[in-house]
Amino acid sequence: MPGWLRRHRGIIPYLFLVPGGLWLTLFFVVPLITTASVALQEGSLGTGYRLTFNFGIFVEAIQTWDTQLVRSLQFGLIVTVLTMLIGYPMAYTIAFRGGRYKNILLLFVIMPFFTSFIIRTISWKFILADQGFVLGTLKDLGIVEDSFRLLATPVAVISGITYNFLPFVVLPLYVALERIDPRLIEAANDLYASRFQAFLRVTLPLSISGVFAASLLSFIPAVGDYLNAELLGSRNETMIGNVIQRLYLVNNDYPQASALSLILMLGILVSVVVYRRFLRGQELTV
Amino acid sequence: MAATAGTVSRASAPERPRPLMQRIGRAVLPAYTGLVVIYLFLPIVVMAVFGFNDIEGRFNFTWQGFTLDHWQNLFNRYPALNQSLLNSLTVGIISTLVATIFGTLIGLALTRYEFRGRTPLNLLIFLPIATPEIVLGASLLAMFVSAGIGRDLTTITIAHIMFNISFVVVTVRARIAGFDRALEEAAMDLGADEWTTFRKVTFPLIFPGILAAALLAFALSIDDFVITQFTAGQTVTFPLWVYGASRIGVPPQVNVMGTLIFFIALVGIVLWVVLQRREMTAVPTTVDH
Repeated sequence: MPGWLRRHRGIIPYLFLVPGGLWLTLFFVVPLITTASVALQEGSLGTGYRLTFNFGIFVEAIQTWDTQLVRSLQFGLIVTVLTMLIGYPMAYTIAFRGGRYKNILLLFVIMPFFTSFIIRTISWKFILADQGFVLGTLKDLGIVEDSFRLLATPVAVISGITYNFLPFVVLPLYVALERIDPRLIEAANDLYASRFQAFLRVTLPLSISGVFAASLLSFIPAVGDYLNAELLGSRNETMIGNVIQRLYLVNNDYPQASALSLILMLGILVSVVVYRRFLRGQELTV
Repeated sequence: MAATAGTVSRASAPERPRPLMQRIGRAVLPAYTGLVVIYLFLPIVVMAVFGFNDIEGRFNFTWQGFTLDHWQNLFNRYPALNQSLLNSLTVGIISTLVATIFGTLIGLALTRYEFRGRTPLNLLIFLPIATPEIVLGASLLAMFVSAGIGRDLTTITIAHIMFNISFVVVTVRARIAGFDRALEEAAMDLGADEWTTFRKVTFPLIFPGILAAALLAFALSIDDFVITQFTAGQTVTFPLWVYGASRIGVPPQVNVMGTLIFFIALVGIVLWVVLQRREMTAVPTTVDH
C-alpha cells in the first residue's frame, strides 16, 4: 500500500465506491434529471426544445392517459394478489415440507428464467391462441363456444404478467418462511391453536417482511410492463408502458413521454410508501 | 400424536375416518405445488416441442410432424438472428464483467468500512431496482437524445452495466455479511499484510457470492428486452430480434436456440451446485464460536 494511502485510510472506501457510484450517477440519476427537464420543455424534434417550465404537462398527461394509468394500477394490483395466492402456498410448502426436495423445487421455481422473457410470452400467446391446442381442443369437444377467446382479453394479459413475475414472488417468500423457527408454530399448537389459527397468528405475521418484498417485486414490474399487453392483449388492454413506449419510440413526443415516465415512477413510489404503512399497521394488530 | 390412552378411547369412535382425511389434507399442499410447477414448465415445454415441428417457412402454430431440420440448420437460415445472438453475448459478457467488478467494490466498501454518506449510497443502489425498467430505459433514451449521442452496442452495454450494478451489490453484500471476520484477523496475526489477506482469505471466501452475482448479471443482461429496446437504436439483440420476428411469425430456430440456452443454463447451475456441495464437504471453511 503506498504511503499516502496509508496516511489517509479514510479515503479507501470512497475509492471503492467511485467507479460504481459514478456510473449510477451518470446513467441513472442524470437521465432522471434529464427526463424531468425534458418534460418541462416545449417544442419538437424538428424545431428544437425550449425549457418553458410547463408544469401543466403533468395534469394534461394524467387527463389524456387516465384510462391507461388506472388500468395499469388495476392490473398491477390483480397480478400482485394472484402471484401471492399462487406463490405463498408454494413457498410455504418448499420451506416447511420440502425436506430433501427443497433445492430441486427451488430450481424449478427459477427455471423459467433460463428461457427468455420474450420467448415465454410468445409461448403463452401460442398456448392461449383461439385455435391453439388448448382452446381448439375444448372447442372441438364442444365444451366452450366457438366465439370464446382468451387472447386479446384482460385475462390473457393478466395471466401473462402473473406467470412472468411469479418466481420473483416465491423466492423472497421462501427466504422469509425458511427463517421461521418451527418450534414457534409447535408452541402455538400446544397452546390449542388450530392449524389455521397458528398460521394466521404466528406464521403469517412472521413472514410479513417477505410478503412486502415479494409484492413489490411483482407490483413494480407489473405496473410498468408493456410486452404482455402488446403480445397478448388488444387495444383495450393498453397499459401505461405501451403509451410511454409509443410516445418515445414511435411518436417522438419526448416531453409528454417524459412526463408520463415521471408520473409512473412517482405513482409507484407513493404506492410503496402507503403499502408499507398499511403492512406496519397490520403487524401491530395481529 | 401423543394422545393418552383416555383420550383415544373417548375419541376413537367418531374419529375413525380421520386418518384418510388427514392424509388427503396433508397431500393438498404438495399437490398444489406440483400443479404450480407444471404451470411454470408449460411454456418452456411448448417452446422446446415446437422446435421439432416440421413446418415450411415461419408459421409455427400447429403441429405438422417431427423433424430435426431446425436443429441441423440452426445457424444457416437467418444470419441476422446469429448476429443478434452474438450481440447479446457481447453485451452480456462485457456488462457482467464491469458490473461485477464495480458492484463487488461497493459491496466491500459497504460491509468493511465505516464512512459518511451510507444513506444516500444505499438509496442510489436501491432506487434502480425499485424503478420500472421502462422508466430506466426511457430516461436513458431522453439523455442520449438530449446529448446527441447515437445509440448502438455501446449504449446498450452502458445501460446493462447500470442496471446490473445494483443486483451485484445486493448479492455480494449478502455473502460478505455472513462471513467470519475472525478468519481475516487470524491471517493478519500470522503476519499476512492486508493485500495477502485479501488474496488468500477474503477473496476465496466471498468468491461464491461474486460468482452468483455474475451469473445473475449475465442472465439479466441476456434476457433484457425493455431497457435494450430504448437504448439500441438500429442494433438488434436476441430478444429484440425475436420481438421483431413475432409480428410475422417466429421461426422454429428461435425455439431451438431457446431450448439450447435453457439446457446450457440448467447444466451450468447443476454443476455449480454440485461443485459447491463438494467444496463444502471437502474443507471445513467456517469456524464456529
